[in-house]
Amino acid sequence: MVKEIERKLPVVHMCTIVPISQTVGANRIVPTIAIPHPFGDPSRTPEEEKALRRKLVERGLKALQTEITEQTVFNE
Amino acid sequence: MKLELHRLNVKSLKFAEKTGFADGVLSVNKAELLSLIAEDPLLGKNLDVDLAMPGESVRIMPVKDVIEPRWKIEGKGQIFPGLLSDVETVGEGKTLVLSGAAVLTAGKLVRFQEGIIDMSGPGADYTPYSKTCNVVLVLEPSDPNMDKHDYEKACRMAGLKAAAYLAKSCADVKADSVEVYEQANIREGMNNLPGLPKVGYLYMLQTQGLLHDTYLYGVDVKKILPTFLSPLEVMDGAIVSGNCVSACDKNSTYSHQNNPVIADMLKRHGKDFNFIGCIVTNENVTLADKRRSSTYATKLAAMLGLDGLVITEEGFGNPDADLIMNCWKAERLGIKTALLTDEYAGQDGASQSLADSCPEGDACVTAGNANEVIKLPAMKKVIGYAQEADVIAGGWNGSLADDGSITVELQAITGSTSELGYTKLGAYTL
Amino acid sequence: MSFKVIHYINQFYAGIGGEEKADYQPEIREGVVGPGMALKGAFKGEAEIVATVICGDSYFASNMDEATAKILDMMKKYQPDAFIAGPAFNAGRYGTACGAMCAAVAKEFNIPVISGMYPENPGVEMYKKSAWIIETPDNAVGMRKAVPAMAKLALKLLKGEAIGKPSEEGYIERGVRKNIFYDKLAAERCVDMFVAKLKGEPFETEYKMPVFDRVPPQPAVKDMAHATIALVTSGGICPKGNPDHIEASSASKFGEYDLTGVMNLTSETHCTAHGGYDATYADQDADRVLPVDVLRDLEREGVIGKLHNKFYATVGNGTSVANAKKFGAEIVNRLVRDGVTAVILTST
Repeated sequence: MVKEIERKLPVVHMCTIVPISQTVGANRIVPTIAIPHPFGDPSRTPEEEKALRRKLVERGLKALQTEITEQTVFNE
Repeated sequence: MKLELHRLNVKSLKFAEKTGFADGVLSVNKAELLSLIAEDPLLGKNLDVDLAMPGESVRIMPVKDVIEPRWKIEGKGQIFPGLLSDVETVGEGKTLVLSGAAVLTAGKLVRFQEGIIDMSGPGADYTPYSKTCNVVLVLEPSDPNMDKHDYEKACRMAGLKAAAYLAKSCADVKADSVEVYEQANIREGMNNLPGLPKVGYLYMLQTQGLLHDTYLYGVDVKKILPTFLSPLEVMDGAIVSGNCVSACDKNSTYSHQNNPVIADMLKRHGKDFNFIGCIVTNENVTLADKRRSSTYATKLAAMLGLDGLVITEEGFGNPDADLIMNCWKAERLGIKTALLTDEYAGQDGASQSLADSCPEGDACVTAGNANEVIKLPAMKKVIGYAQEADVIAGGWNGSLADDGSITVELQAITGSTSELGYTKLGAYTL
Repeated sequence: MSFKVIHYINQFYAGIGGEEKADYQPEIREGVVGPGMALKGAFKGEAEIVATVICGDSYFASNMDEATAKILDMMKKYQPDAFIAGPAFNAGRYGTACGAMCAAVAKEFNIPVISGMYPENPGVEMYKKSAWIIETPDNAVGMRKAVPAMAKLALKLLKGEAIGKPSEEGYIERGVRKNIFYDKLAAERCVDMFVAKLKGEPFETEYKMPVFDRVPPQPAVKDMAHATIALVTSGGICPKGNPDHIEASSASKFGEYDLTGVMNLTSETHCTAHGGYDATYADQDADRVLPVDVLRDLEREGVIGKLHNKFYATVGNGTSVANAKKFGAEIVNRLVRDGVTAVILTST
C-alpha cells in the first residue's frame, strides 16, 4: 500500500515492526511504540500519552520535510 | 567433552507394582508416579497417569510438552540442570535414555496454544509423538483461577520430574546400545580437520514472554545475550521448553533433547565440515532486543571464525524478523547460512509464507504450511479434553463435530511443522 | 465410466469468425467443436467432452458478470467433472475470459479447471491462483504440445492423483504452497542444502523469499505550513460499528471516512476492525492508531496547512499483497484529486 501511495505523493510510514516495513519497501519510516497502540501508551496519563503522540507525529512531519535518496528510518 | 548415551529400547508400556525395564517393556508404578507429581501444591487433586501406544485408537489433547525420560548414571550434574537439578555443567559422562518412550504433559489447558496427538489415523502421520510409547500425565491446577504462569511452571516441572523418575528407576539395567559423542574444546576443535569449513548452529529459541518461554540451565532465555553451548549439553536437557505457543512449531523438550539438526551435524562432522558448536539466541518482543540479539549472535559466529551457520527458527510471525536479521547479518559477515522454518501461507496456500524476507535467504528449508487443514476422524478413546479443539490455535468454533471428528489446521497438531526439522513434512509451490 | 468435461472456446476457434464476430453471445453445443477434437484424442477415452461453450471475446470482456452467470447456468444440466478453457496462447481477452470462467466454474461446481496460456498473457497474472494454466507458446503453432499436456493434467486431477511441481507437469507456477512428505527429515534436508551451499554446489531452496520492488522516494514537502496532510491506516480504524464491514483479517476493501469537524477520536465515535492485535487500546482511544487529535492541534497552530477532511482505512492482517496494492493505488488517486500534499500512513 505504502509504495502505491509513494508513486504519486510523499508518504511517511509510521509503524512498530520497522524491519517488515523496510522489507516491503517504504522509503520514509518512523518507528512507533507498540503493535496494539503505535501512537499511545496506556500505562501513562492521557496528557503524557498525547505529548508522546505529538512527538511522534512531529517526527513524521519532519520525515516528510527531509529530502532522501534511499530508505531512511527517522529515529529522532 | 565426552558423553555416552546408554539406550534402553522401549517397545511397550504397562502399569505394574514396580517401575523398571525388562525385555523392551517399561513398567510404571502408577501410584508412585502420581504421588510424585501430586507433591506440587499448585496441582489439583484429580491427577491421572495414562498410557498410549503407537497404533492405538487414542487421541491425547491438549498436550503441552513432550519429554524424553533420561537420567545421568555417571558424570557431573544431572539432567535438566537449573530446573530439576543443581546448576552444574552437563554433557559429560553417561546418560541413560529410555528410547522410544515419552512423557506427555496434558490435561486442563494452560493457554490456547496446545496440541493434539493422535496415536493412529491420518493425524498420526503428522506428529513424531505417535511413534513413541507415551506416559501421559493428565494435570489440573489446584485452583481454577490460578495465575497461568504458576500453572505453566507446575506442568513443566511435573513433566521433568516424571521423565527423570522413569529413567532413574531403570538405572541399573544394562543398555541395549551405547552411543559415544565427543566434542573437542574450541582450541582443539579449530585445529582439527584442517581444510574443512568451520561451522556452527544458530539455535533460535522462543522467548516472547506471555507463556512463550524457553529455559537454558534454568535461566529464562529472553534475559540472556546469545551464548555458546556444546551440542552435548543440549542432549542432557540444558534447554527446556516452557512454551504455550502454537503446537505445530513449538520445540518440545523432547525435540531439544533429540535435536535432529544437531544429530545430523554431528554425523557429518569430519566429513563435510568441522562442527564447532551451538550459539543459542532468543526471539524477544522489542525491536531493540531483536537487533541486539541478532547482532550479538552473528558477532559470536564471526569471532569464532565460522564459515557457515545452520539457523533454526521457533514459532512464526514476528520471530520471522529475527530469523531474517540473523540471516543477512551473518551473510554480510561472510558467513554462509541455511535456514529452517515453517510457513503460514493460509488455508489455501496462496498467501505469503513468512512475514519478512531478505535476498540473502537463498537456502531455506521449510517444514510445511501450518495452515493446511486436516480432518481427524474420531478415536475410540480421548485422554484429556476433546472440546478444547474449538479454542486451541489452529482450531475454531465448531472444529469438534458431533461424531467426535475434529477439523483443524495442522497448526494444532503437536510437532507437525517442527522447525528443528523433526518431521519429513515440507512444502512446494504449485 | 469416463469423466464428463466441458470445453470453453472463443468465436475464432469455433470457426464463427474473427474480430468482426467478437461480440458473439454465449452458446453451448453438445459434443466437440474445433480444438476440442485434439483434446478428445488426447483423453484416449478416459474422459469425454460432453459440451462446448462458445463466447465472443469482446462480448465476454464487456459483459463479464452477465456472460459468466449465463454460461454457468447453461453448464448445469451436464454435471461436468472438469472444465477446460482454451488454450488461449497470447490472446489477452481470450486468456482473461478463460481465466475468469475457470475461476467461476471452480467456485460454482468445485471441479478441476484447466487452461493453457503464454506466460505473458494478462489472464495468467489474474487467474493463476484460481486455475491450472499449462504454459504454451505465444501462438496457435503450440496447439499440438499444449493440448496433450492440458489433457494429461486434467486426467490426473480427475483421478485425484498427486500433482507434481510446475516443471514436471508443465503448468505455470500458481504461487500456491502445498504440503508434501519428503523422504528425509526437514533437518537433514537443511543440512544437505547447507553443505551444498558451503561447497558452492547447486541447490534448490524449498522457499523462494519474495523480492519486493522499490519505488523512488518523492521529494520532501517544502512548505508544511500550507500543506494538506492526509491520514491513511492499515490499523482498521473506522466509525463505531464498522459500517463497511471491513474484514478482521484478509481484508477485501478499504473505507473512506469523513473527518469534517472531528477534533478527536473517542470510544463513542471510532473503533478498530482489525483482528490481528489486541483491540482494547484502539477501541478505548483510536487516536492511539490514527492521531487525529494531535494533527488538529498542529493545524490550529499553523504547523501544517490543514488535515485532509477524509481518512482511509483498511485492515492489514493477512491481507493479500494484490489487494493492498489495489487499495493503495485507488486511495492515492483520490488524494491527488483532492489536492493532498503528503500522507501519513500508520500501521499496527
